[in-house]
Amino acid sequence: MTTHVAEHPPAAARPTLRRRMAAAGWDRTTLLVVPAALFVLLLFIYPFIYGLILSFEPAKGGVFSNYATFFSDPYLYDTIGTTMWLALPATVLNMALAIPIAFRVRNLRWQRALTTILVIPITLGTVLVAEGLLTYLGPQGWLNRTLIELGLSSGPVRLTHNYWGVFLSLVITGFPFVFLLTLSYITGIDPALPAAAATLGAGPSRQFRHIFLPLLVPGLAIAFCLAFVQAYSVFPSAVLLGAPAGPTRVISIAAYQAAFEQYDYSMASAIAMIMAAVQLVVVVAVLAGRRLFYRGPMGSGKG
Amino acid sequence: MPRAEGARSHGEFGEIRLDRVSRGFDGVMALQDLDLTIRRGEFIAFLGPSGCGKSTALNCVAGLLSLTGGSIWVDDRRIDELPPERRGFGMVFQNYALFPHMTVRKNIGFGLAMRGVPKAEAEARIDAAIRLVQLEAHGAKLPGQLSGGQQQRVAIARAIVVQPPLVLMDEPLSNLDARLRLEMRHEIRRIHQELGRSTVYVTHDQDEALSLADRIVVLRDGRVRQIGTPEELYARPATLDVARFMGYRNVFEGELDGDQGERVAVRRNDLRVVGIPRDALGSGRRAAVAIRPEDVLPGPEGADAISGVVESVEFIGREYAATAQTPTGLLLHFRSHQRLHLKEPVHLRAAPERVLVFAAEEGA
Repeated sequence: MTTHVAEHPPAAARPTLRRRMAAAGWDRTTLLVVPAALFVLLLFIYPFIYGLILSFEPAKGGVFSNYATFFSDPYLYDTIGTTMWLALPATVLNMALAIPIAFRVRNLRWQRALTTILVIPITLGTVLVAEGLLTYLGPQGWLNRTLIELGLSSGPVRLTHNYWGVFLSLVITGFPFVFLLTLSYITGIDPALPAAAATLGAGPSRQFRHIFLPLLVPGLAIAFCLAFVQAYSVFPSAVLLGAPAGPTRVISIAAYQAAFEQYDYSMASAIAMIMAAVQLVVVVAVLAGRRLFYRGPMGSGKG
Repeated sequence: MPRAEGARSHGEFGEIRLDRVSRGFDGVMALQDLDLTIRRGEFIAFLGPSGCGKSTALNCVAGLLSLTGGSIWVDDRRIDELPPERRGFGMVFQNYALFPHMTVRKNIGFGLAMRGVPKAEAEARIDAAIRLVQLEAHGAKLPGQLSGGQQQRVAIARAIVVQPPLVLMDEPLSNLDARLRLEMRHEIRRIHQELGRSTVYVTHDQDEALSLADRIVVLRDGRVRQIGTPEELYARPATLDVARFMGYRNVFEGELDGDQGERVAVRRNDLRVVGIPRDALGSGRRAAVAIRPEDVLPGPEGADAISGVVESVEFIGREYAATAQTPTGLLLHFRSHQRLHLKEPVHLRAAPERVLVFAAEEGA
């Protein structure tokens, strides 16, 4: 695929530069990576480094004074826990929902239609979902009206402008993402494997425990990391659906306020760095756990 | 229900009976009215071209497919309603279906673990199974580190270590190269002779079926065409379909021309052949003649010979496989001990006892 054999007859004993490059894995196809690499460099690495340096150049105080301020002020450092308390349960719930649903959907004939419906929340974006939830779950929304009409509740259930509003929006926007990843991992498992386990005496639950789960764990770990990072950086729904001054004052709100209310870009950068570090700790922990499991091909034999 | 009921491993049974087993997919019958009694220790091959229903039949027996008609019995116990894990049949899959995250030992021991066999006994049985398939040096490896032939051995060991009453094999050799396929064929034969487990073996390769099976079930379009021993199928195929599948490559139609009791003659334009009738043939009806290339040999010119010119010659080892074309355009496959030249005239004969005459196919 990436070699150009016999393109030019060997003129001299010494191979041409192109051949030597090709032998080392560099040819014209490989060069196609360059624009993408530049893109990442310019739009990700550069701002990151810039922010990192900026966070060590506070308006006043020493090099680490931004970080010192953050970790000495509960109004700031509590946001780590607040965000974790939203992102972690929402991600766990999404995984717990996605696995059984993906198992069920895998065998359905109208899998594509269902998948499409489930993908819609991704395309809508968090703001639209938040607005929809605001009217649907609000005190005058359909949900509360129905509950009161049916006599299931005496007054409106508070599901907006608090923890639950943000939590629900994280579940709704995060689920399709986790679901699609999980579905692709499950359909990637050779159906002959559970069939073989069945002929050897394993019923459905033991097929899941001994065959599906060990093969799925590495993929599920990746899905968890991606979903968690997405949830941890929650911002619009925490503002729109939550109580941004209290129970849902997430870390991104703290960064926003530092940047655009106090105009302290250096402090905002420091908060962003702390946020990245927390995410990194969780991701590294999950990926380290993943190493304990089998991570080879999910097929069987040479098939 | 207690686990021991379904996972009964020491199969002390007399026979397994398939009674009008049928399976349809969206209204299309993939398998229709399969009747078969598998005797204890017997090696049965399901033989047929792809799409004939042979794998469907196997999956029905294994419990991986539910039946749409008929029933399956182990002696007087009906099992077609049981899920595969409660039938306790061992199965070898076409792509081996080894668990990629388990070592060879774990793979082989999986069925024992599911049956709750005590550890010491399980280890001893795994050792015996690994020895049987000659993989002593590979117990700690993952399947991905093994060659295709080794993976196939693991799959066989995994299926038989639980001592199932019936071993099911779904085209187990089709992914191997020619040499390894032959080797594994002997291996499967050896293991069967050593353990004497009843086996159902699915294949599209008539050589495999002929060399391995005690009885062969020829399937086509979801229906049984013939059940018989390899010798019966080879010498006396019941239908033209089966004959074609058993290597009768020369098949042509003609008019019945004389019936001498044990023998009938068939005329096609200017050539006439004599053979054994395999169907009830009414006089004056059209008939189809089937002859193996190995049974057609060149000889001296004569009224009883079919004359033609050589069209192609291929050296196949001990002899040459050749084709000749008659003046009326019929192409005949034959064998020759000498190298023939293209366009050389030949005079071909086949012994009447090797020529089969069938009623012509409807609309053919």
